[in-house]
Amino acid sequence: MDKIRNMSRESRSNFITYGMVIIAYAIMQALASMHAISSSMTGLLVPITAYICMAISLNLVVGVSGELSLGHAGFMSVGAFTGVVAASALAGAIESTMLRLLLSIVIAGVAAAVAGILIGIPVMRLRGDYLAIVTLAFGEIIKNLLNNLYVGLDARGLHFSMTDTASLGMDGGKVLVNGPQGAVGFPMISTFTAGFLLVMFTLIVVQNLINSRSGRAIKAVRDNRIAAESVGIDTTKYRLMAFVVSAALAGMAGALYAQNYTAIVPKKFDFNTSILILVFVVLGGMGNIRGGIISAALLTILPEKLRFIGDYRMLMYAIVLILVMLFSNNAQVRMQIEALRHRISHRVDDQLDAQAAKGGDAR
Amino acid sequence: MTRDEGTYKAQSEHAAKTETRHEGTYRAQAERAAGKGAPEHRHNRQRTKMVAPPNDYLVPERDALLTPVLECRHLGIDFGGLKAVEDLNLMVGKTEIAGLIGPNGAGKTTVFNLLTKVYQPTRGTILLDGQDTAGMDTARVSREGIARTFQNIRLFDSLTVEDNVKIGLHNQVECGMWSGIFRAPRYWLSEQEFHRRALELLDVFNMADNADDIAGSLPYGAQRRLEIVRALATNPKLLLLDEPAAGMNPVETEELMDNIVKIRDDFQIAVLLIEHDMDLVMGICEGIVVLNFGKVIAKGTPEEIQANPQVVEAYLGKQE
Ligand SMILES: Nc1ncnc2c1ncn2[C@@H]1O[C@H](COP(=O)(O)OP(=O)(O)OP(=O)(O)O)[C@@H](O)[C@H]1O
Ligand SMILES: [Mg+2]
Repeated sequence: MDKIRNMSRESRSNFITYGMVIIAYAIMQALASMHAISSSMTGLLVPITAYICMAISLNLVVGVSGELSLGHAGFMSVGAFTGVVAASALAGAIESTMLRLLLSIVIAGVAAAVAGILIGIPVMRLRGDYLAIVTLAFGEIIKNLLNNLYVGLDARGLHFSMTDTASLGMDGGKVLVNGPQGAVGFPMISTFTAGFLLVMFTLIVVQNLINSRSGRAIKAVRDNRIAAESVGIDTTKYRLMAFVVSAALAGMAGALYAQNYTAIVPKKFDFNTSILILVFVVLGGMGNIRGGIISAALLTILPEKLRFIGDYRMLMYAIVLILVMLFSNNAQVRMQIEALRHRISHRVDDQLDAQAAKGGDAR
Repeated sequence: MTRDEGTYKAQSEHAAKTETRHEGTYRAQAERAAGKGAPEHRHNRQRTKMVAPPNDYLVPERDALLTPVLECRHLGIDFGGLKAVEDLNLMVGKTEIAGLIGPNGAGKTTVFNLLTKVYQPTRGTILLDGQDTAGMDTARVSREGIARTFQNIRLFDSLTVEDNVKIGLHNQVECGMWSGIFRAPRYWLSEQEFHRRALELLDVFNMADNADDIAGSLPYGAQRRLEIVRALATNPKLLLLDEPAAGMNPVETEELMDNIVKIRDDFQIAVLLIEHDMDLVMGICEGIVVLNFGKVIAKGTPEEIQANPQVVEAYLGKQE
C-alpha cells in the first residue's frame, strides 16, 4: 500500500510536469497554425524551448546537486558550435533535415559532455564559492576560445585553425566558423516540434535520474556530504555525474538554439546568459523542475511583451524579477503563505470530518 | 610475527584455560615449545622459550577465537600541538557490545573519526576484521564494514525517511546511471528490492509507518533511531554509535538499549558506542574503555570500571 502511494505521488508530480509541457505545446502549435500569434512570438518558440532545456539541466546541478555553477552558457555554446559544424558536415550525406538536426543535437551533447568531464574533474575538487568562480571562468574561456576558432569545410572535409581563415588551407569550400563573427550561413533547421521533443527528452532524463539510485546519491551528497561518505557513497563520482549530464543536456539545447538562426556569435553565450539561466532556476525554486520551466518560458516572453514601453522595458523586467524574488524567497512571506495554506487545508479537513460524522461513516 | 599470532598470543589467559588453539601453526609452535613432537634439530639452535607478550586486550569469551572485528594499535592523532588521541590500543570482538566513555573533550568522537577516516591517523594501525585500513577513505571504510551515527545528527534532512534508508542501502543494491535514466528492467527490480529492504530495516525500530515523513521534521529521538537504521542498511560488521541516547527520554533510552542488543543478536555484528548515560553503558556494554585527555585510563567490565578509582577521579575530579 505504502509503496503504491509513494510511487504514485512521485510519478504523479512527474506526469503533471509532462502533461503541462504537452498541453502548452499543443496550444501553441494550434495557435501558430491558426496564425493567431504574432510573428515575434513565433520566432520565440524555439528559443523558449531551448531555454527551458537549459533551466531543467541547470536545475540538476544547482537544485539537485546543490552546486552553484555560473558557466552553464559555456556548455550551451560548445553544443551550439559543434551542432552547426556537425550539421553542415553531414549536409551532403543526409538528405532529411529532421535526421540531420537529430544527429547534430546528439553530437553536440557528446561534445558538451566531454567538455563537462574535462572541466568537471578539476572543479569537483572544489566546493561552494570556488566552484562558482571556476565555472564562471570556464564560461569566459570557452567564449574566448570560440572567438579564435576558425572552421572550414571543403571537398576534403573539415579544417580547424586557431589563427585565421587563411591558415585553414582550404581549396574552395565554405568557412563555417569565422572567429569573432561566429558561425554564418547555415540553414535554419530547428523547429518548434523538435524543441518540444528535446524538452520532453531533457525532462525524462532529469526526472528519471533524480528518482533513481544515482539521483538519491546526488541528493544525499547535497544534503550532507559527510553522512553520504559515511554510508559509502563516492561523493566526487555523483557530483561529477550531475555536472556532466547537465552539461550534455545544455549542449543539446545549444545545438537546437543555434540552428533556429542562420548566424550565431560566441558572445551570445556569455556570462549574462549563464546568469539569466540561473535566474530561471532560482525563480522557479531550486530543485523545482516545473517551476524552472514556467519561469524560463515567462521570462523569455516577458521582455518581448514589454517592448511597447520602449526603453523602460529592461527596468520593468528588473522590477518584476525583484518582486518575484522577494515573494518566492522571503522567509517571512513564505511563512505567511504556508500558514494560510495550513489554515485552508485544516478547514477542509474539519469539513470532511464534520461530513463524516454526519454520515456516521468515517471513511 | 604474523598478525594472527600476535592476536592470539594476546589471548594468553584464555588460550591457557581452554587449551584449544584453532591456529594450526600456532599449535605446532606451542607443542614444539613444550617439547612434544619436536622435529630433529639440524641446526645448533638454543631452545627458546616462547611466551605471550603482556597486553591488555579484552574481548568476550565467545569471540576470543574469532578474528576481532576491530583492532587499533598505537593509534594517535595530533591537531597542531594537541595530542587529541594518543597510543590507543583497542580490540572489539566479533559480536561484542563495547563502550567508549570519558569526560567531555576526552577524544571519543575523534576516535570514531579516525576509525571512519574522517581524519587520517597521525600514528598507528587500524585493523578491520583483520584488514589494515591504511590509505582507505571514508566511503571505502564503509564498504569494508564500518557504519556510524553522529553526535550531532546528520540525516539527509530534505529527503523522506525511506529515502534515507535507501541511501544507506546504496552499495547493497546495484542499478547504474543508464538503467536509472532509461528505466531498464534492472531499475524496476532494484527499486523493489530497495523498497522491501528499507521497510524491513525500518521495522527494526517500528518506524515503517514514518517511511514517507521528511527526515528533518522527525522528533529528535526518531532522528537518532533513523540514523541507526541508515547505518545498519550499509550491512556493517561494526556499528559505531556516538551518543545514541542523547536527547532521549528514559523510556526511549530503555527501548534503545533493548534495540541495540536486538541488533547485535539479529545481525551478529559488533557495536562500539560512546555514551554519557551510565545506566545505558553499564546496562548493555560488555567491555568498556575509558579515555581521558586522549589516553586510555582504564579497560574492563562494567563492574571493574565502576570500581576503578582512576575513572571515578576522571569523572568527578580528585576527591581530597
Ligand atoms: N578538527 C579538530 N581540530 C582541532 N581540534 C579538534 C578537532 N576535533 C576535535 N578536536 C579537539 O580534540 C579534543 C577531543 O574532542 P572530541 O570531540 O573527540 O571529544 P569527545 O570525547 O567526543 O567529547 P564530547 O563528550 O564532548 O563529545 C577536544 O579538545 C577538541 O577540541
Ligand atoms: Mg563527542
